[in-house]
Amino acid sequence: MIYREAGDFKTSYREDSQTFPIKLDRRAYWTLMVVAFAVVPFVINDYWANAVLLPFLIYAIAALGLNILTGYAGQVSLGTGGFMAVGAYAAYKLMTAFPDVPILFHVLIAGAITALVGMAFGLPSLRIKGFYLAVATLAAQFFLVWLFNKVPWFFNYSASGMINAPERTMFGAAITGAEASAPARYLFCLILTVALAWIARNLTRGSVGRKWMAIRDMDIAAEIIGVNPLTAKLSAFAVSSFFIGVAGALLFAVYLGAVEVGEAFGIQKSFLILFMIIIGGLGSIFGSFAGAAFMVLMPVLLKNVLVDGFGWATDLAAHFQFMIVGALIIVFLVFEPHGLAQLWRLAKEKLRLWPFPH
Amino acid sequence: MKLKKLAVAAAAMVALGAPAMAEIVFPSLSYRTGPYAANGTPFADGYADYFTLINERDGGIGGEKIRLLECETGYNTEKGVECYESTKGEGAVLYEPLSTGITYQLIPKASADGIPVHSGGYGRTSAANGAVFKWIFNYPTNYWYGASVAIKHILDQEGGDISGKTIALLYHNSAYGKEPIRTLEELAKKHGFNLTLLPVDHPGQEQKSQWLQIRREKPDYVLMWGWGVMNQVAIQEAANIRYPMDHFIGIWWSGSENDVKAAGAKGDGYKALSFHMPGSDFPVFDDIQKYVVDAGKAAGAGDQIGTVLYNRGLYAAMLAVEAARTAQELSGNTRITPAEMRDGMENLDMSEEKMAALGLPGFGPAFKVTCANHGGNGLALVQQWDATAQKWNVITDYIEPDLEVIQPLIEEDSAAFAAENNITPRDCN
Repeated sequence: MIYREAGDFKTSYREDSQTFPIKLDRRAYWTLMVVAFAVVPFVINDYWANAVLLPFLIYAIAALGLNILTGYAGQVSLGTGGFMAVGAYAAYKLMTAFPDVPILFHVLIAGAITALVGMAFGLPSLRIKGFYLAVATLAAQFFLVWLFNKVPWFFNYSASGMINAPERTMFGAAITGAEASAPARYLFCLILTVALAWIARNLTRGSVGRKWMAIRDMDIAAEIIGVNPLTAKLSAFAVSSFFIGVAGALLFAVYLGAVEVGEAFGIQKSFLILFMIIIGGLGSIFGSFAGAAFMVLMPVLLKNVLVDGFGWATDLAAHFQFMIVGALIIVFLVFEPHGLAQLWRLAKEKLRLWPFPH
Repeated sequence: MKLKKLAVAAAAMVALGAPAMAEIVFPSLSYRTGPYAANGTPFADGYADYFTLINERDGGIGGEKIRLLECETGYNTEKGVECYESTKGEGAVLYEPLSTGITYQLIPKASADGIPVHSGGYGRTSAANGAVFKWIFNYPTNYWYGASVAIKHILDQEGGDISGKTIALLYHNSAYGKEPIRTLEELAKKHGFNLTLLPVDHPGQEQKSQWLQIRREKPDYVLMWGWGVMNQVAIQEAANIRYPMDHFIGIWWSGSENDVKAAGAKGDGYKALSFHMPGSDFPVFDDIQKYVVDAGKAAGAGDQIGTVLYNRGLYAAMLAVEAARTAQELSGNTRITPAEMRDGMENLDMSEEKMAALGLPGFGPAFKVTCANHGGNGLALVQQWDATAQKWNVITDYIEPDLEVIQPLIEEDSAAFAAENNITPRDCN
């Protein structure tokens, strides 16, 4: 009844190929934007920012990045944690070397540095693919973590090898450091997330994205029709690593404030983000968000329900949390191997046909 | 997006249902799951049981009941942040993170929020300088003091001369494990020994190459900064290569029953530092039996009472309670605020008499906290594992650390922190 294209006439190609073809979707999208930008900053508190929204936004960026590489370009990567570490340590070195530059530039340059590193580690992808590429990127993961542990220059020779984010500002408001307010941090991450998601969406439906997908679907055929695998694969590695580097920089500087590389950017992080895109949906922008939300918010929600709601012991709740999240992952993937994004797509299809779905 | 909304809505309902602020709230960022659970559980049990005892026997601190908020971190910093944020709104007066990584993270946050953090025997060593770290306390001792005490014990064993000897440091490759390196380097210069560094990556199950190196190079002593499953594996590996156990010395976090029991009889003679007594031969344990265990209120499985880490958790809780009492005396309020708690901690005076009155005579070193010194006097002792009797025996008196080496290091590191964060050190005179 309500969820229909009927009556929503498109009179130009531009309108016809827009991201949200249905009016209700467009409205929902703009409402969400208004709420996220104009309402949430006024009601947000430290708990919501630091425990819920910041990790969600930051992991969404990382998932977008990995989705570009794995979901769109078909190159499996297990080096996400290592690339996030590059972003974090680049941001740290920049923040301490140039204290007066606004934090946004540090984050973006950290992303660019990660893009270069990602391209260097992406070079093997020209020769190897599939599981073998996964192993090569796994080497990148271990090498980068080892590097940041081993070379004291990266952590400014501090005794513990930890990096701490000093206070840095943007337009006079503190974004990093302990004094930064929850709305400032949230808005900073939100702006980056929305901007990067917009870039990702438009890259993936343009010629660049089509080249990536051609490589993903069959690289030899793509090469024959004129897609240069060198530029396509390396551009995928570069863009993906840029996103992941930005996520790493934000994770360190805005969200955690102090990290040590082995704990924050270990192999578990690579797997976590890979799970996000598999559960969310490979090759889907919405899937990146859905996967990040599932993996970040579900444990927090379960903890709140089981411990605070039911009054369970914390260890029992923690164990149950593993079991519930694990079971949900299996259930989702059994019923819909293409992830939450596909479920969402199907739900929309059914809604369009409602009340006569077939 | 739909999921997010659902989550937000559900969590909001839960948050609204939370009880109102009351009592004295002590959060416990514990970990009873994950690779560090074997060590996190007894500490959390001891910490909880002592508060239960105070509530049941004395009706709280100065008539105010204690509310313990336990939050599972799994030794993970991201969960640590969630735990900190979710408990601070409940009126928390003191944080006990039991993780050096989480402590590092909480130092700026808690300082900005004005909530004290007690990281006794862990965390950032230079937090001992109270002039810079106003809200952070790490009494009664810290890693640098520990490193110095270990070297002093070795000196003692070797008749005062260890020049030319080789000492290996087997450490958890994290902020925690790296802490003692700088001190040991300075001490190596002073005493003329060679230091070999052997990092072990999280979680620490894989140590074959490190022990192969130890077997090849045969260092005279091995020091260990390990935690969780790493301790058990290291002691097992040492036994496998027949390394002389009495030349293998762990920091106080590598010296609990759970760490040595796995190696069986071969673990006999392994040494570890400690800053309090092991065992349950103290009057307070009778009260714990009566008011906590027999009443069915023991935390966890209740099977850890009297173990090293249980005692450490109990000790931390005792220090927290005494600081809260001091705070009540100073402020005149029974329902203390975090700021008053901080004042209480800064004026804490743990004398022998006080400990005896609490039913813990000689349990820990006597020390006094001051504005300038948040680190206590750094005394630690050496205990040795007796595999036949299945108990830790204390084999030395409290050993004083080499302050001449460590004090300048603390000054230097805290000055660096102050410069990095634009902190003007307080005037403590």
